[in-house]
Amino acid sequence: MKVEITTEKINAGFLLKLKGDVDMNSSSDVRTAMAEIFKQGRSGMKALLIDLSQVRYMDSSGIATLVEGMQNCLKTGARLRLCELSPPVRDVFELARLASVFEIFPTITDASSGL
Amino acid sequence: MGNSHMIRANGIKKNYGARTVLNGIDFIAEQKKITYILGSSGGGKSTLLKILIGALKPDDGQVLYRDMDITKLRGTGLDPFRKKIGMLFQQGALLNSLTVGENISLPIREHTPLDDNIIKIMVKMKLELVGLRDFEDLYPGQLSGGMQKRVALARALALDPEVVFFDEPTSGLDPIASSVITKLISDLNRVLGITCIVVTHAVEEAMKIANKIVILYKGAVLAEGTPAEIRGSSDPIVQQFITGSPDGPISFHASSRDFREDLLVE
Repeated sequence: MKVEITTEKINAGFLLKLKGDVDMNSSSDVRTAMAEIFKQGRSGMKALLIDLSQVRYMDSSGIATLVEGMQNCLKTGARLRLCELSPPVRDVFELARLASVFEIFPTITDASSGL
Repeated sequence: MGNSHMIRANGIKKNYGARTVLNGIDFIAEQKKITYILGSSGGGKSTLLKILIGALKPDDGQVLYRDMDITKLRGTGLDPFRKKIGMLFQQGALLNSLTVGENISLPIREHTPLDDNIIKIMVKMKLELVGLRDFEDLYPGQLSGGMQKRVALARALALDPEVVFFDEPTSGLDPIASSVITKLISDLNRVLGITCIVVTHAVEEAMKIANKIVILYKGAVLAEGTPAEIRGSSDPIVQQFITGSPDGPISFHASSRDFREDLLVE
């Protein structure tokens, strides 16, 4: 299953919405979309929010892609915030002991606050 | 047919020449459960394992991975199945000329187009799962046997398999290293929901963590059930097997012919 990716410009930077499975067949598409965001937001991007509400499955390549996104955000001083994780995806983050590595919010509104 | 099975063996038969190794094996390994296949040496465990992973064709019978009969597949036709399974070999089978990190990244590089940096992050995640994140740059020869097994397990997990096969995972390890591997199998099943199929003669290990135990004897399924059911079995062969007693219906002698006849008949 392909992942559908939409990118929105928001006040603090960008909102990336993913829909579908993020796995070894599709995580490269997510990576490409994130690279484009970092290119566009080179100056002045405060945050990249990623809406995972429509993602039901994410494998280790998907998580690694988000970790790389976090690495890029740290380099540019931006924040990477994940929001609306579905229960199976939240489980994967907790199992991979990455729940504490990322900033995770219940809603997009929550993730947007304080930026 | 229901889909609660991950692997289902139907009537597996295998002969080597005139010798029958497997004589109609039926069992189900359920999704997200730990199934132990126990049997004494020479009881057909290794042959069954090779058939279950598609490395050997049975003379008769089916092996269903979900609803796909892998015994009907050849060559690259097996690739979709092989990408969904991991295998921990008895000897680990690490490449000594590669570092730990390179060993784990090898299947990812071979089977996916993922970028180097993504693979590097994935390797760290796999090593964290087996508790060896600090050992990425060492070579297998610099690690203990137990650590090598853990690295081999990390490699088996590289492609996020749905099911992992373990061939004698604690063979040759000291009691502590064995317990670590057994706990890892249990944790991977509980935490990641991986279906685990373990082929071994280590009874106590199976009794600790198996959801189901299948005992092979003389090429057939002698008994199957939960550890409690197996312990409670009244079958003297099952009891001898689980207690490890040298005396009982399981003969020390593997030969089928009478010794006198063997010596005297030309």
